[in-house]
Amino acid sequence: MIVEMFRKPTKWSVMKQLIFKDIDDLIIGSLGIVAFISFFVGGVVTIQTALNIDNPLIPKSLIGFATRQSIILEFAPTFMSIIMAGKVGSFITSSIGTMRVTEQIDALEVMGINSLNYLVFPKFIALMFYPFVISISMFLGIFGGMIACVYGGFASLDEYILGIQTQFDPFHVTYAFVKTIVFAFVLATIPSYHGYYMKGGALEVGKASTTSFVWTSVVIILLNYILTQMLLS
Amino acid sequence: MDQCGNHPFKLYTNPNAFKLMIEVKNLHKSFGNTEVLKGISTLFEKGKTNLIIGQSGSGKTVFIKCLLGLYNYEDGVISYDGKVFSELSEDQKRDLRSDIGMVFQGSALFDSMTIAENVMFPLKMFSNQSMSEMKDRVDFVLKRVDLIDAHDKMPSEASGGMQKRVAIARAIVNNPKYLFCDEPNSGLDPKTAIIIDNLIKEITEEYDITTVINSHDMNSVMEIGEKIVFLKNGLKAWEGSKETIFKTDNEVVTDFVYSSELMKKVRQMYIEEEQ
Repeated sequence: MIVEMFRKPTKWSVMKQLIFKDIDDLIIGSLGIVAFISFFVGGVVTIQTALNIDNPLIPKSLIGFATRQSIILEFAPTFMSIIMAGKVGSFITSSIGTMRVTEQIDALEVMGINSLNYLVFPKFIALMFYPFVISISMFLGIFGGMIACVYGGFASLDEYILGIQTQFDPFHVTYAFVKTIVFAFVLATIPSYHGYYMKGGALEVGKASTTSFVWTSVVIILLNYILTQMLLS
Repeated sequence: MDQCGNHPFKLYTNPNAFKLMIEVKNLHKSFGNTEVLKGISTLFEKGKTNLIIGQSGSGKTVFIKCLLGLYNYEDGVISYDGKVFSELSEDQKRDLRSDIGMVFQGSALFDSMTIAENVMFPLKMFSNQSMSEMKDRVDFVLKRVDLIDAHDKMPSEASGGMQKRVAIARAIVNNPKYLFCDEPNSGLDPKTAIIIDNLIKEITEEYDITTVINSHDMNSVMEIGEKIVFLKNGLKAWEGSKETIFKTDNEVVTDFVYSSELMKKVRQMYIEEEQ
């Protein structure tokens, strides 16, 4: 499928519009839910960390440090990707699957259009902007933690900011973005595969969406383990 | 000899072979252990409306999808203007398909585009015309199918008959050499079905294209069937024209075509008139 996706490319004037449309659908359209979840999960991570620090010898700045590490290393790249497998992955599978069921993919093929290139390639390119979504998730997660920390009275703003600056390792951000790019590839290909090669009717479109979510999540979790082992250990 | 008494090499020894548009020889197609097409041979001529008829499950849709290359077949030869389809590279097949217009059973219009955008789609993909030229061409074909007022509607807002007409407009907008229609009037009321049939026939004659239609609608057979191929259980059981179908005494054909009392009476009247 991936090799075929790059063969006989669609006219650039048409492809450009498809890429912009998919950036709008997959990236811009996901910002709202990503912002909402990141902000509140950041807050929850902060509160839980704060509530578990009952030893007066442990500095309050640890709250900011733990929030930053959780958000950058795991929550934003991995947890968000699982959520995106549900939102973006299901959208890709169901939209391509519906086109398969209603013979729209056959119509493209009959016209002499490489349907894989026409349908999957723009999604693949659009999801290369996925690190942008994850950057926003990281920022809002840490920001949500800060609001929860300061307004919840767990630590002062200075202590929280000191925490998020403590022992900052830029490689952790690199690690997070390497994972993000790999997950973007998974998010573009597995749901497209399940939609493009599905057979049957409307019921099967629903089943294909569920299967695609399950497999995308499983692959993300496995790759998360492998990449962490390779890059951090 | 095949099931219709044709010699298997007839198509290839025909001196006019390269003037004929689509040739099919001994086509076999199976799904698992089920053989759906069991060696069909026929030819579809330029400027004619060729109908493939038969009961549901007789292999009509599989046959047309094999012709279009949407299904791979195990054995047989399909050639377009003398070019053997299976010998073409993937890119050559795609180039050939840009000369093909197809009207699908469910219309297969792109949901996310307006009617005008659907019709303009093949032009955008394959022509180098300016936007104003493309708009003029879209207006022309939409006028031709009597849908000029439906320009900005979405396919979901159009009725079944309108969707079929949009599908026809999309199929002819790029001046194809071949037009395929899979059950073009299924699910339509009789009046709209006749409008669609006549539209296809007029377009075939106007543009001198080879039209192949899958149908089990007897009205279509009697109205526009210049050449009729009757399939039964994956075999070609009969072929002829709308004139000869009245006279045939092939039991398989008469069982299917004249299964209703009305059709029996029509046939009787035709034979009496002839005598």
